[in-house]
Amino acid sequence: MTTEMICAGFGGQGVLTIGKFIAQASMKEGKNVSWLPSYGPEMRGGTANVSTVVSDEAIASPIVSFPDILVALNQPSIDKFAPMIRPGGILIYNTSMCPNGCKREDITQISAPMSDIANEIGNPMVLNMLAIGVIIGKTALIKYETIADDLTSYMKAKNPELLELNLKAIKRGIEIGKS
Amino acid sequence: MAKILMKGNEAVAEAAIRSGCRLYFAYPITPQSELIEYMARMMPKVDGTFIQAESEIAAINMVYGAAGCGKRVMTSSSSPGISLKMEGISYIAGAELPCVIINVQRGGPGLGDIQPAQGDYFQATKGGGHGDYRLIVLAPSSVQEFADMAADAFDLADKYRNPVMILADGMLGQMMEPVEFRPAKSDEEVAEMWKQHKSWCINPNEDGDKKHHHEINSLEIDPLVLEKHVNNLSKKYAEIKKNEIRYEKYELSDDNEILCVAWGTASRVVKSAINELKKEGKSIGLVRPINVWPFPYDEIAKAIGPKVKKIYVFELNTGQMVDDVKIAAAGKVPVEFWGKVGGVVFTPAEIKEKLEAALKE
Repeated sequence: MTTEMICAGFGGQGVLTIGKFIAQASMKEGKNVSWLPSYGPEMRGGTANVSTVVSDEAIASPIVSFPDILVALNQPSIDKFAPMIRPGGILIYNTSMCPNGCKREDITQISAPMSDIANEIGNPMVLNMLAIGVIIGKTALIKYETIADDLTSYMKAKNPELLELNLKAIKRGIEIGKS
Repeated sequence: MAKILMKGNEAVAEAAIRSGCRLYFAYPITPQSELIEYMARMMPKVDGTFIQAESEIAAINMVYGAAGCGKRVMTSSSSPGISLKMEGISYIAGAELPCVIINVQRGGPGLGDIQPAQGDYFQATKGGGHGDYRLIVLAPSSVQEFADMAADAFDLADKYRNPVMILADGMLGQMMEPVEFRPAKSDEEVAEMWKQHKSWCINPNEDGDKKHHHEINSLEIDPLVLEKHVNNLSKKYAEIKKNEIRYEKYELSDDNEILCVAWGTASRVVKSAINELKKEGKSIGLVRPINVWPFPYDEIAKAIGPKVKKIYVFELNTGQMVDDVKIAAAGKVPVEFWGKVGGVVFTPAEIKEKLEAALKE
């Protein structure tokens, strides 16, 4: 099975990191992965996106034409990428920054005011971890334990408080994804 | 060793260090900046030397000097920077010295842009610098292969005393994929390599007699001497052509209706399209040259199955390798080309559309 995902948002929202953690966790769970960022004159406030492919087979193109999952953290990302989602695919978006939403009816849509929830958890930076939680809750693409271990090994020594907030955000995201 | 998720730029740098490269000279340029950054960070840790040169031209001439000392040395850049290195590359090839040059291609000509492209195929495989010389050119299509090629490139450079180029692109440089490194050469092995008194390098010979020095030179004023030298080079290139053809066969069968030829990043996209069409019962094969010089002419000719009505070449340029494919096809079947330029990368859907149209013809 192959899952193709695009994550998109403003630069600074941590969309590249969403793809990276999903790729890393999937690799640790024995899958083939590729992570292809948009790069160039991007900056904070500009747009950024990343294509992540997770597969049981060898990955041919790392370029995603028709994603199975789109994570959109702002409205321009929906406008640009939602028309490309495969019929039956999943759109996860952040209503705090997507006032117009998406009109497609042939896909599953999950939305939440993710920026507001991140602030509520205690740090706007955990927005991307919240999104990862929603992906896990909805698709079971990776296991919570894999990413929790990953984060713990990175952050436990450096910033234990932020680690706790990140794990809390992922758990909250999983609830949203399941509901 | 466990797999690590890594960018192509970093993976190839790590693999070069593991292959015993302890000298690296370069000048920064996007989209290969992570490569030079990785070297800046890691070279001091392995007792190596990293120099950010004042220009690409200075960097390639530092490589020339270090290669003349018989050491494993590498430089890297992206398209416009590689153009600047061409004079030095011609000198190194003329002086028959081993070194590794990495080109993480971007859009051109001129300063172009910083997105992935394959516009430097002619430059890499047909010359670029002046004179009758050849580079061995390896074209990776995944992060793993990019890393593996670092070790291969140093071995080939040493074997043939010839510069070797790894011709990647911005996508392979920027992309992360799992990579499993070959075991690193131990400190003892690296020290042993350094101590090797190669029969050609400028270090004094083992007997310590300073008169027994070697000269590194690419100037031969006497035409008869140069004639002999160039003919010897030509013999070496013939040997390389005989030994170093590498290519991948993908979904080749007697049922193939179309044979695709693509290299590097472009081949990944073509594979996706072939997979999609296979689900619809269409048989399309692919030959991917892994080394683009020497080029697998005969192997492509052999891959033309009985039902193949067309060879389709896809590249991220306006058609460069397609000329070599036409030589390989030798008029047996028509050769068509489609590509994208300017740093725009085609999608699997676009390739599929092209192939579908060709199937209907």
